Amino acid sequence: MNLNEHLPALLLAVPLLGAFTAPLFSLGGKFLRNAALLAATFLTLVVAFLLWRHVSAAGVAVYVMGAKSAALTLPSGMKFPIRIILEVDAFSAFMALTGAIASFAGALFSLNYMNRFTGLNRFVSLYCLLTAGMLGMMVTGDLFNFFVFFEVASIASFGLIAFWRDKPEAIEASFKYALVSQVASMFILVAAGALYGKYNILNMAAMGSVLTLGTLEKVALVFLVGALACKCGAFPMHMWLPDAYAEAPSGVTCLLVAVSQASLYGLMRVCFSLYGVTLGSSFLPWVIILLGLASMFFGVSMAVVQHEIKRLMGYHSVSQVGYMLLGLGAGLLVLPDPAALASYGLTAISGGIYHMFNYTMYKALLFLTAGAIYYATGTRDLNEMGGLAKKMPYTTFMFVIAAAAISGLPPFNGFVSKLLIYESVFAIHPALTVVALLTSVLTLASFVKVFQTAFLGPRKFSLSGVKEVPSGMLLGMTVLTVAIIGASLFPTWTLSHLVEPAAKALVDQGAYIGAVMGGGM
Amino acid sequence: MIGNGPFLAVGILFLIALVGIFTQKNLIKIAMAIAILGSSVNLFLVALGYRTGGTVPIHYLAGEGGPMVLPTPQAMTLTAIVIALATTALLLSLIMLIYRHYGTINVDEIRRLRG
Repeated sequence: MNLNEHLPALLLAVPLLGAFTAPLFSLGGKFLRNAALLAATFLTLVVAFLLWRHVSAAGVAVYVMGAKSAALTLPSGMKFPIRIILEVDAFSAFMALTGAIASFAGALFSLNYMNRFTGLNRFVSLYCLLTAGMLGMMVTGDLFNFFVFFEVASIASFGLIAFWRDKPEAIEASFKYALVSQVASMFILVAAGALYGKYNILNMAAMGSVLTLGTLEKVALVFLVGALACKCGAFPMHMWLPDAYAEAPSGVTCLLVAVSQASLYGLMRVCFSLYGVTLGSSFLPWVIILLGLASMFFGVSMAVVQHEIKRLMGYHSVSQVGYMLLGLGAGLLVLPDPAALASYGLTAISGGIYHMFNYTMYKALLFLTAGAIYYATGTRDLNEMGGLAKKMPYTTFMFVIAAAAISGLPPFNGFVSKLLIYESVFAIHPALTVVALLTSVLTLASFVKVFQTAFLGPRKFSLSGVKEVPSGMLLGMTVLTVAIIGASLFPTWTLSHLVEPAAKALVDQGAYIGAVMGGGM
Repeated sequence: MIGNGPFLAVGILFLIALVGIFTQKNLIKIAMAIAILGSSVNLFLVALGYRTGGTVPIHYLAGEGGPMVLPTPQAMTLTAIVIALATTALLLSLIMLIYRHYGTINVDEIRRLRG
């Protein structure tokens, strides 16, 4: 048996197994339960890494559930695939790796952070389930299966956001999130049903090979884009995002950041691999670009006035998602034009994809440092903090790195991805770059404010007993810090080995389709 | 004409649900609207499952008939119903907790998170 062949299925099986065996392990006590959480997330990370290595060496990997062999996409002379197919190209593998890193870091952090609370066997189950749902959205090649994993991730995150159910705000945030995700998921199901009704296929690659743009396809596209833009926190439907991110336990917020990236991944998969060049007009790319601009600007302008540390970071998430939408929308705009695609379109897509990785790393780290501050001081209000730098040196160090990365200061990875986006969207219209730069400046201003009020300044009397957080939490933050510093020190390697293959895979609709439709007997 | 009846019903139910979600102030009614939304989508999937002239996808002793119809929409509907059950239960338990904390289920009075 060849292990590489089964990696896509293992990527889902490992966290699912973790989720359903967690109550069993919990019977054996605290140590066993924590070990189960760590083992499940760490093994997922290992599988994601192996899968990424396999895909970058051998090209698109397909896995047919329940078939005689994993690559048997078209059994007994069928013209189209009937089984559920997992399809992993370089973009999916890249996203899965990013998500698995965030999941592992959040799990490490949660060990100590959640130690004070009860009901942790449920926490572990839901955490693993959320990881499985997120990874499922990233590797599936089937539109209905995408909906199922979307719901698995949604339901697990409702439970996790409302985990502190004695806090009214947590319940309220969870309910808001539940409303938005339920409407979004039903939209996805309607679109999947409509497309099935016309083409009799649910597989995205097979559907992409026969899709022609008519009224029905346009309606389905509107439903899909609307639903996925809601779920990744783009501007008009962003209200749930700061609430949910602020009220969830910090280890969970770290994972939720990665889960919103899975929705963004779905959006890109639909736009590039399902519709691709058949989009024809430039209407949808411009809608995505404008959504991106609005998210960037309104997100950051809401963020500068916040004084609650996690809400502030939540609004920054809205504005960071805007950068990715801008980069990927710009790439989609020039997709039908090979010359423009080669000169700046691919750069824009690389910038967007690289920003997805960077954003997940530094945003997750920022939420973890916010959680560490809350753990140590018991408050999330910036006005009640001050002089924490002397008391919590390690947390301060990691916060500075993450804040510098999100503000796009030159040596850090956030700068590289933002620069790629700036210089490529400049070719479309200079005004886009101006808005992006303005957002970056406001982001920097806002994080200087956080750093100044929380870590510098006079020491508060009420915070005299504050100590550095336990080593497990520091370890969780270190994982992400190492990822950020690594990407900052080796930008060329990261771009050529991680990002550019992913960008090329996203643009190459033919390879995505060919992996399913050409692999028959 | 009559063949389009189910789709018309789907459209009406879908609109009722959307209007309900956006205009109702009572959380229970919003949860009901979500459930109606789920039902309308399920009805849509079931209606898609019928193909004129097709037969049931049973291989042996199924009687005479033309080409078999793939049972995919039925499988999709069953999955979607199970998921809708889980989310409705979760929504209702969240509403229960909200009532316990706030003493009301009116959306206008539940506004601790703002700005």
